Amino acid sequence: MSELASEQSGTALTRMRTERRRGGRRGAASGITSPKKGPAALASYAVILVLFLAFLLPFAWLIVSSIETGSGLNASPTWRFTLANFKAIMNVATVYQPMLNSLILSAGTAALTVICSALAAYPLSRFHMRFGRSFLYTILFATGLPITAVMVPVYSLYARFNLVDSEPATVLFMTASSLPFAIWMTKNFMDGVPVSLEEAAWTDGANWLQSLWSIVLPLMAPGIVVVFIFTFVMQWGNFFVPFILLLTPDKQPASVTIYTFFSQYGEVAYGQLAAFSIIYTAPVIALYGVLTRFLGGAFNLTGAVKG
Amino acid sequence: MTVATQSPRTARIPLDKGGARRPRRVRRLLGRLLPLGPALLLLAVFFAGPLIWSVYTAFTDMALSGAATTEFTGLENFRRMFSDPVFVKSLELTVIFVIGSAVIGQNLLGMLLALILRGRSGAVRTIVNGVVIGAWVVPEVVAGFAWYAFLYKTGTLNAILGHFGLSQDWLYTMPMLAVILANIWRGTAFSMLVYSAALSDVPPELLEAAAVDGASSWKRLRYVTLPLIRRSIVSNLMLITLQTLASFGLIYVMTGGGPGNASSTTPLYMYQEAFRFYQLGYGTAMALVLLVLGALFSLIYLRLIKLEDS
Repeated sequence: MSELASEQSGTALTRMRTERRRGGRRGAASGITSPKKGPAALASYAVILVLFLAFLLPFAWLIVSSIETGSGLNASPTWRFTLANFKAIMNVATVYQPMLNSLILSAGTAALTVICSALAAYPLSRFHMRFGRSFLYTILFATGLPITAVMVPVYSLYARFNLVDSEPATVLFMTASSLPFAIWMTKNFMDGVPVSLEEAAWTDGANWLQSLWSIVLPLMAPGIVVVFIFTFVMQWGNFFVPFILLLTPDKQPASVTIYTFFSQYGEVAYGQLAAFSIIYTAPVIALYGVLTRFLGGAFNLTGAVKG
Repeated sequence: MTVATQSPRTARIPLDKGGARRPRRVRRLLGRLLPLGPALLLLAVFFAGPLIWSVYTAFTDMALSGAATTEFTGLENFRRMFSDPVFVKSLELTVIFVIGSAVIGQNLLGMLLALILRGRSGAVRTIVNGVVIGAWVVPEVVAGFAWYAFLYKTGTLNAILGHFGLSQDWLYTMPMLAVILANIWRGTAFSMLVYSAALSDVPPELLEAAAVDGASSWKRLRYVTLPLIRRSIVSNLMLITLQTLASFGLIYVMTGGGPGNASSTTPLYMYQEAFRFYQLGYGTAMALVLLVLGALFSLIYLRLIKLEDS
């Protein structure tokens, strides 16, 4: 059909081919917007601009008021810049201790998650087991379980066994809650390592642990990094779980103390709140940059997830 | 729940095989399952355990306040829940929040962004993607602050709208709209990424053929692109619905559920009852309702995809 069509209207096809080339990636002659159409293109650029500004504006206050004196809650600059807000909060109690707690909780969770999910992914990826498929679907379903709903029973369980306000116990729960998605991702990465590479090792008498450790894991190192960073970033931003399970301010991560700061001093020290927010957000942005580099673009993050 | 649905299947395997070699097969199977151990243990203790526990707790009057005895009260919590106007209201607000911010907002805006950015030059794409994804990567609490400041009565939005005489105290006059907008802002990137990936799998030849046959760009979208990516649409809807259903931090930071209970969705009301007033039994019963609500949404989506397929 398309052959016939191309004979009939060669010009249309040529036009589309050039569009395709200009569009990069895979074909631009699609969707509701194809470039090079005069008013339509202009309209779509206008839409892009409006959306861009709408997404940008809420960030403005954070950046502007963090570097201004006496800043309030609006983003109109006074053009009197200062680093005083940052200086005021850079002390152990406000920033360093909570950031260290965040680091311990997130890195601990990420490390434990990577270990458990690499182990769990191995049989799921390597052996065709009768229940493998349904196990994976259960896992995927568990990914979607609202953590908020599980928190009340988890809290009462923790309260019963005296585990509230314990950092290791919190890490264990955070690990369990990151596992479903991490197993799913790790399994997909592991599927990319051909089994044939392992067969030689098996005939030499290596057991599954040796072959996992010395053959599979080195080959999927980028995937492991992705799972680690992804889990880390998720837990760095996790507010509800530590908010419920950790009570002593000395143990709370930045996600919780920044909220406490807001409810105690927020009304008077917006500049400091903005500065704290920026310091707290910076590592996540940096790690996300690393993540996209490892995956060759944000596209592939969902690609890795799709299965 | 995870393990509860799991164990019967695991148990069935040896039965299916049968025969003389059964012991060896079982041992080999167990050896193969060994690496699953740590993950299964954690999931059983921290997911399945609490869920089963919650089913029990929901039928008791468990509270954290002194009284050591916990009594089995049957359906009392559920009866109380549905005659509690604040709870019924919170359920309504939750559904409004999910449909407004996830199903309509994030989903359609993500689709629009994916379509409109398709075929744009590298620079435009990178910059717009960067800002949209930035909103997604920023921690929940920080997103809450940013939107609190943006919508505050002396905030950025009112400074702009003030020129047109439209300024008002958004967080008080329309708190639900405020949190819905904030959640759209925060979550759109996910839908955008899913749809960008899905769109790049649509063979350009099909669209070209349709264009040659004279289909308008709207018709190409409606009859070629959308049917091809419908599975991505359903799984995206399912994921964002379940995420939004459980959303707590953003609303808690922006409005705290207020003014009054005007933006108190079920997770916020549950938090208040369980952790402020120590009514664990009552809070757990609400958690169960939340899970059922999530399952209902999932069933609707799965049903939709079945209807499309047939």
